[in-house]
Amino acid sequence: MSRYEPVIGLECHVQLQTRSKLFSAASASFGGEPNDHTDPYTLALPGTLPVLNRRAVEYALRMALATGCRVRRVSRFARKHYFYPDLPKGYQISQYDEPYAEGGAIGFLLDGQPRRVALTRIHLEEDAGKSTHVGGAPTSLVDLNRAGVPLIEVVSEPEIRSAKEAAEYLRALRQLVRWLDICDGNMEEGSLRCDANVSVRPVGATTLGTRTELKNMNSFRHVQQAIEYEVARQTALCERGERVVQETRLWDADRGSSHPMRSKEEAHDYRYLPEPDLPPLHIADEEVERARTSLPELPLARRARFVERLGLTDQDAALLTTERPIADYVEQVIAAGADGKRAANWVASEVLRELNRAERSIADCPIAPPALAGLCRLVDDGTISGKIAKDVFGKMWASGRGAKEIVEAEGLVQLTDEAAIEAACRAAVEANPQQVGKYRAGNDKLIGFFVGQVMKATRGKANPEMVNQMLRRLLS
Amino acid sequence: MTITPEEVRVTAELARLALSDEEVARMTRELGAILGAMERLAAVDVEGVAPMTHAVALDCPEREDVVGPQLGAERALAGAPRRSGQFFEVPRVIAHDKEG
Repeated sequence: MSRYEPVIGLECHVQLQTRSKLFSAASASFGGEPNDHTDPYTLALPGTLPVLNRRAVEYALRMALATGCRVRRVSRFARKHYFYPDLPKGYQISQYDEPYAEGGAIGFLLDGQPRRVALTRIHLEEDAGKSTHVGGAPTSLVDLNRAGVPLIEVVSEPEIRSAKEAAEYLRALRQLVRWLDICDGNMEEGSLRCDANVSVRPVGATTLGTRTELKNMNSFRHVQQAIEYEVARQTALCERGERVVQETRLWDADRGSSHPMRSKEEAHDYRYLPEPDLPPLHIADEEVERARTSLPELPLARRARFVERLGLTDQDAALLTTERPIADYVEQVIAAGADGKRAANWVASEVLRELNRAERSIADCPIAPPALAGLCRLVDDGTISGKIAKDVFGKMWASGRGAKEIVEAEGLVQLTDEAAIEAACRAAVEANPQQVGKYRAGNDKLIGFFVGQVMKATRGKANPEMVNQMLRRLLS
Repeated sequence: MTITPEEVRVTAELARLALSDEEVARMTRELGAILGAMERLAAVDVEGVAPMTHAVALDCPEREDVVGPQLGAERALAGAPRRSGQFFEVPRVIAHDKEG
């Protein structure tokens, strides 16, 4: 066991999925032809002024309330100055000493145990454009489509203690912003970005060691690997009695290592100042209340309710609450008359498997919730067996027809007529005298063979329980 | 309050301004005078007065989230000294050498 423990804090940039930019009406959608989503404000042409996008504030507020932050009724925008070609104004409008949200926490389960990582703050800011550096070329290319797209930056306290915990925190954060419908959480396209501040200290110490900042990690796996690498690197330095240098390091996923970013000699001095072009942002009590009452039930609460009310395992409940539309689908199936646990099991197994296979989202599921409820009811009232139900499900998926229609058209109604079952069982017993002898000699397992014979003869329609009982009676 | 020539140089560097030695000397003098005037304001007793960052008591104006007219790349690039396809072309900047 190492004598050093890691101390990790994450800073996550979440792109808010508004239609227009934070301070102007150009499109905020991802992609598009380079520089098409521009307007005079995006280009910082003289005389242009920022006008705040109301929906961005609403989305930001949702996140603050979902994480239990204190919402400042008056917050301020500030200019953060630095020079870079993808930042046309020469400053980024952000929030500095009076962010709109402080405190709060993100909850998740780590190895089955509940964990909460406290948040320092969340603030609103605008994104920069995108620079592309073609290898060897003497110039860089700038696309300003992303410049001005609204972001919230979610800053955690430095209380994450392992790379795995950092990855779980990030998963929970991604799940939450998707659940709240404020960000698509696409790490590869950069709509969710994460930087990590990492330091190590002797176990038991209360002061923090020198930290480094890790960037350029665009998947959960990269975040975890980059932090693991950095913790090992810093621990090795400390054990050799060397110093950790405060620096920004870039993760190189191909090499599985990080290297220091080339930095300018001068220390960063952003010269924050209150944004003179924007009055303070007032968030009224009514606005906070409206946002609070319109918050959906949050993922962890729903997961707990699924366990408690539907009797699901925590694993299934977690699976069914990875995304809100999936959890909603389950509840719609139940609302349409299906038994809760049966509905949940169908979604957790068949529906999610088929969606995965077809690479579809639940929104494009060819079986609507009432149709799945119809299938569940047919199993519950004994019309069809569970085995037949799986075939019917496949046919529903392929054809879009209802369960009842398929069962009737194909004569799949479960055989529950006692005389008919007895006849089928007798036939199976009489046709297999050898197996009968072995069974009676004590080979109980052969019951399965007889059940199989009966099912074959009835094309799977016989009620399996009745077949079992009948066979035991005939064979005893 | 005074400002040193060194502080003037750092401030100019941060603002990407190239100042000659004479200009540094003049700026040191002039900024010193401005800061002196500010010092008089700093002497006013503001105990219990909320800080003001804006001269007009306004709510932050807001707009609906609607996409408005866009320039499009051709007009956006019309004033660019250099372009490459639909991109602005600028002297090479070191990859990732910036803060988020």
